[in-house]
Amino acid sequence: MNIHGVKAIYKFEMARTRRTLVQSIVAPVISTSLYFVVFGAAIGSRIQQVDGVAYGAFIVPGLIMLSLLTHSISNASFGIYFPKFTGTIYELLSAPITMWEIVLAYVGAAATKSLILGVIILATAGFFVPLQIAHPFVMLSFLVLTAVSFSLLGFIIGIWADNFEKLQLIPLLVVTPLVFLGGSFYSVNMLPPVWQTITYFNPVLYLISGFRWSFYELGDVPIMISVGMILAFLAACLGVIWWIFKTGYHIRN
Amino acid sequence: MESIVSIKNLSKTYAGGFKALSGVNLEIRRGEIIALLGPNGAGKTTLISAICGIVNPTEGSVHVDGKCIITQFRETRSLIGLVPQELTTDAFETVWATVSFSRGLFGKPTDAAYIEKVLKSVSLWDKKDNKIMTLSGGMKRRLLIAKALSHEPKILFLDEPTAGVDVELRKDMWELVRSLRESGVTVILTTHYIEEAEEIADRIGIINKGELVLVEEKSELMRKLGKKQLILELKQDLQELPANLSAFDLVLSEEGKRLTFTYDTQGERTGITSLLDDLRSAGIEFRDLQTTQSSLEEIFVKLVEESR
Repeated sequence: MNIHGVKAIYKFEMARTRRTLVQSIVAPVISTSLYFVVFGAAIGSRIQQVDGVAYGAFIVPGLIMLSLLTHSISNASFGIYFPKFTGTIYELLSAPITMWEIVLAYVGAAATKSLILGVIILATAGFFVPLQIAHPFVMLSFLVLTAVSFSLLGFIIGIWADNFEKLQLIPLLVVTPLVFLGGSFYSVNMLPPVWQTITYFNPVLYLISGFRWSFYELGDVPIMISVGMILAFLAACLGVIWWIFKTGYHIRN
Repeated sequence: MESIVSIKNLSKTYAGGFKALSGVNLEIRRGEIIALLGPNGAGKTTLISAICGIVNPTEGSVHVDGKCIITQFRETRSLIGLVPQELTTDAFETVWATVSFSRGLFGKPTDAAYIEKVLKSVSLWDKKDNKIMTLSGGMKRRLLIAKALSHEPKILFLDEPTAGVDVELRKDMWELVRSLRESGVTVILTTHYIEEAEEIADRIGIINKGELVLVEEKSELMRKLGKKQLILELKQDLQELPANLSAFDLVLSEEGKRLTFTYDTQGERTGITSLLDDLRSAGIEFRDLQTTQSSLEEIFVKLVEESR
């Protein structure tokens, strides 16, 4: 394994984060704080409790997931798209490094950034609402699995995109709506039956539900189904990347 | 001489159906400087890209130092440094960081002393802490060379190294290439500046429309294909060529002041002696004479035209 190569890319990506610290870390923290102010304090004070949990606390897992998903995707997609855009990808392609090592480095860096972000948001949330985490280990596992899976998805998008618009397309048009409609701000049983059924087709629901379970031991679906879903998603992303490398799609042709 | 890169029947057809290379065979010798000449779009960059792993070959095989570039790509790519044609760099990185990055990427542990040496060899040491975007075009070109040399490659590919580079810098670059060869590095460069190939290459390959038209020692190529001309400055203006000289390939120019005789150095007889004899018998006297040899550029144009 080309460990020096993986380290070099990882360091390069982390240096990019440091250069864009405001955009990478500070901006999401501010926007999350705004959610707390609007949904937690202003509106939440009128909702009071969902399934026995204060509304402000109820939305914490969903808010973390919202940031984790969107930032994992944008970090990883931008990380691999940018060398394609500037042309510096020639160096990656001519280096003695396997595509899986490249994935490890880019996805590792993107997931690291998302995890740092997730922890910062969690700490920020602690300022607004009293937090309790029933299963810290499960919580952390969900955080890591989600960050890695969606960084993989971001990597795929970065390979697929051939312009900046496409880079934004999936996060904006697919992921954000799925997160909002996946029970970030409400429990599924608050919806009319028809919408409940539709919501069960939203994969993000399972992530948020599982993640929320690790905090408050309550979820819209059983925890094992949530775990199964995130693992299935991870496997699907790995499968797509394997196919991309096998065919050389958008890279070496 | 032992070959370090062995290309057999290499073809590349791009996804769009464009055939950029067809059936290229080439043995690159250890320690030589070989120049690949060809017009724009001839397939030079595709050939380099295929050897370096940037594009997948459609057919054929490439071995570097006896190892297959597909199955043993780690070994082959570790031996190769590539300087691309375009000035593709990260804008915000420093010179030092980007060269260190390249070294790591190619699997080598950090070595500050070596990177210092490389940066000094391309006169960028005083810029080591500058961001890349503050560098001039010529500096960026040298930076790309430093990146390519950062992992101590045995083979260096230079894709149009002196495109858009001023004369002085071009000479510096040639010096650098020569010193690399002295240190045992094999250099493959593409260019469409014929003077560049003529100046530094040991061998020359000519590519046109994806085919390797020819590979020759530079001197051999010049000798084999080189036509020589004998130019005679006449004492008296000549209105027209005398009939007894019609057998020679002669051109009268400069209002009858100059007579140019073109001959083939490969021929058994160049015909010079009999021409001079015939000139004397026709009573034509001359003040001066000189011979010129066709440049690589003329040879190149001729070859490319023939392969059209």
